[in-house]
Amino acid sequence: MNTKRDEQWRVDLRAKIKAKDRTNLERVHMPELDPEYRSHIRNEEVNLGLTPEQAMAEAQRCLDCANPTCMEGCPVGIQIPDFIKQIETGNFLEAAKVLKLTSALPAVCGRVCPQERQCEERCIHLKMKKDAVAIGYLERFAADYERESGQISVPETAARNGIKIAVVGSGPAGLAFAGDMAKYGYEVHVFEALHEIGGVLKYGIPEFRLPNKIVDVEIENLKAMGVIFTNNCIIGKTIAIQELEENGYQGIFVASGAGLPRFMNIKGENLVGIMSSNEYLTRVNLMDAANPDSDTPVYKGKKVAVIGGGNTAMDSVRTARRLGAEKAMIVYRRSEEEMPARVEEVKHAKEEGIEFLTLHNPLEYIGDANGRVTHMILQEMELGEPDASGRRSPVEIPGKTKTVEVDEVIVSVGVSPNPLIKQSVPELEITKWGTLVVNQDTMQSVSIPIIFAGGDIVRGGATVILAMGDGRRAAKAMDEWIKSKG
Amino acid sequence: MNKIISKEYFSANVVKFVVEAPLIAKARRAGHFVIVRVGEKGERIPLTIADADISKGTITLVIQRMGVSSTKLCALEAGDYITDLVGPLGKATHIENFGTVVCACGGVGTAPMMPIVAALKKAGNKVITVLAARTKELIILEEQMRGYSDEVIVMTDDGSYGNKGLVTNGIEAVIQREKVDMCVTIGPAIMMKFVSILTKKYEIPTVASLNTIMVDGTGMCGACRVTIGGKTKFVCVDGPEFDAHQVDFDEMLMRLGGYKDQEKEEMEHKILHKK
Repeated sequence: MNTKRDEQWRVDLRAKIKAKDRTNLERVHMPELDPEYRSHIRNEEVNLGLTPEQAMAEAQRCLDCANPTCMEGCPVGIQIPDFIKQIETGNFLEAAKVLKLTSALPAVCGRVCPQERQCEERCIHLKMKKDAVAIGYLERFAADYERESGQISVPETAARNGIKIAVVGSGPAGLAFAGDMAKYGYEVHVFEALHEIGGVLKYGIPEFRLPNKIVDVEIENLKAMGVIFTNNCIIGKTIAIQELEENGYQGIFVASGAGLPRFMNIKGENLVGIMSSNEYLTRVNLMDAANPDSDTPVYKGKKVAVIGGGNTAMDSVRTARRLGAEKAMIVYRRSEEEMPARVEEVKHAKEEGIEFLTLHNPLEYIGDANGRVTHMILQEMELGEPDASGRRSPVEIPGKTKTVEVDEVIVSVGVSPNPLIKQSVPELEITKWGTLVVNQDTMQSVSIPIIFAGGDIVRGGATVILAMGDGRRAAKAMDEWIKSKG
Repeated sequence: MNKIISKEYFSANVVKFVVEAPLIAKARRAGHFVIVRVGEKGERIPLTIADADISKGTITLVIQRMGVSSTKLCALEAGDYITDLVGPLGKATHIENFGTVVCACGGVGTAPMMPIVAALKKAGNKVITVLAARTKELIILEEQMRGYSDEVIVMTDDGSYGNKGLVTNGIEAVIQREKVDMCVTIGPAIMMKFVSILTKKYEIPTVASLNTIMVDGTGMCGACRVTIGGKTKFVCVDGPEFDAHQVDFDEMLMRLGGYKDQEKEEMEHKILHKK
């Protein structure tokens, strides 16, 4: 079992405070920017992070369970009690090292993971009707402390084995994979289509939730481990998959993400002022379009509707608010209970004055003479029987529609996988949704063994942490596969 | 970072760059485009590749100075670097021996038409190229086009060179003279719209290469979406070439004008006031 738990300092630490007293401690509240202030400031992070005192106090709440169920909820297998107990004793840098054993991006995960549905959901405290230990806040604290201390540790890597591995895409799956493969001693080369490294962490998630500089530090750390990054290079276009093989790459990890934004194919959806959340967020985040110095334009609508109920929808609507929307609305066809967005994102959005038009679904958009959107017609819905996803399905209420004035609409109803890899390698087996077919345990392509894949190109639209989990599993499996070939 | 090897002016506002990009030179086919970005605050803009030299590892780009981004790009000199250049993107032109093909291009649309004309000729087609522009000085690449085409017809709006009239007048003259099996058109959206209306009347299959607004160019954003035969398609990954008779050009024109006000404002603040 976990030998670290049996180390004398841990035994002593556990004995210092009774489990019951630990359980009775109140969960810490994350300090946040004032909602009114932050809803007009584009680039300041909403969550401010815990102080060392707050972190140490929160760490006391963790019971250091013999059988830590929290870890079962973590897709990348972070040794949760190990790092929390380091925080409790004030060894913050050691805590950060523990995180880096299994996660290439702890400062990112500490911010954007849905902990309430993963590690924290399995916390023993919940069984005792208490709030879960704030594992996510603590993870963020340790990673931030290390970064700000200027004493960033570079994870140890095995002796270089000289074997070249290619990674397609530098988002969370690609970065997690690259980190593990570098640790195993491989020569890892990451190819990125955009001009910035980081994938969705850069173009998708806004600054107020995940500052770019934090992503950059994690990328620098991977570079220090020997990972090579090439931007502006599209595998399947600039370099063919076959060329990678010919150039001696012995494994290819495809983590090209969920390329194509979905639209609803309703009347008026191509009017000016209606766009995908990918377009809107890419303009604002990757291209910095709201900055007057940037050459990229962006609409700054006053009455903005965002269609959808996921995290990307929340990111879009909160961005719109920050860019000056007087009315920023979420339009979602089910009720709030069924929303896929994190609870924290919904809470933050509401605090910032976002309106929620739940149980509404757009039917049609109306534009002016210049083709600019001016109104949306919404169908009112009610909840019916549970559907395939287990959620109660939305049903139209006949004859009940309403017309709402808008000058910008952001469609955030999901994405389909990027088709470029399939176009480059036609023999690659894909599902009818366009996702690559891989072995669920090894992430290896069922049709072309040199190709492994993970993240949204396999899942079709998931989370940062699930993508990272895929990257870790693929790295382990590819390492074993390459060794087995001899 | 990609080095500019040479710069040449076709006219006061039209620049030809030869740029170092060995991987793109090798991978590109007629019809492909690239995305370029100038400077750390630069915008990503699509440009169709006009030519490539695999042995020298270069591609050729032809740019018309219009907005902020193209003005910044045109201000670069030989020896300078383009901050970001990525490609080749889009689907390559479908080339086969159709018989007689009319290639109708306007303005800088002539540059991306060149490799298509060359490929069509190589495939055994009889290629008649119609070069159109407002006025004489905007007619570009005429010599090169003559090298690849069986015949070149020049049209200018003001009659300052070649025949007086629009591109459609040139095409129609050919159609009335001989059997045309295929038409390819590249140019401003409004020009392609009228080419499409004309060839539809004569039931000549026509391909148009669309130049919409893009951000990433890899299918991610959907800024480039157009309606083709009633269905939404992405120019970057489904195109850029489509059956012209299926394209909703009016919607495309409307969407192209989407950022006009911002463009104008940016131009005034960043380019005109700096002079």
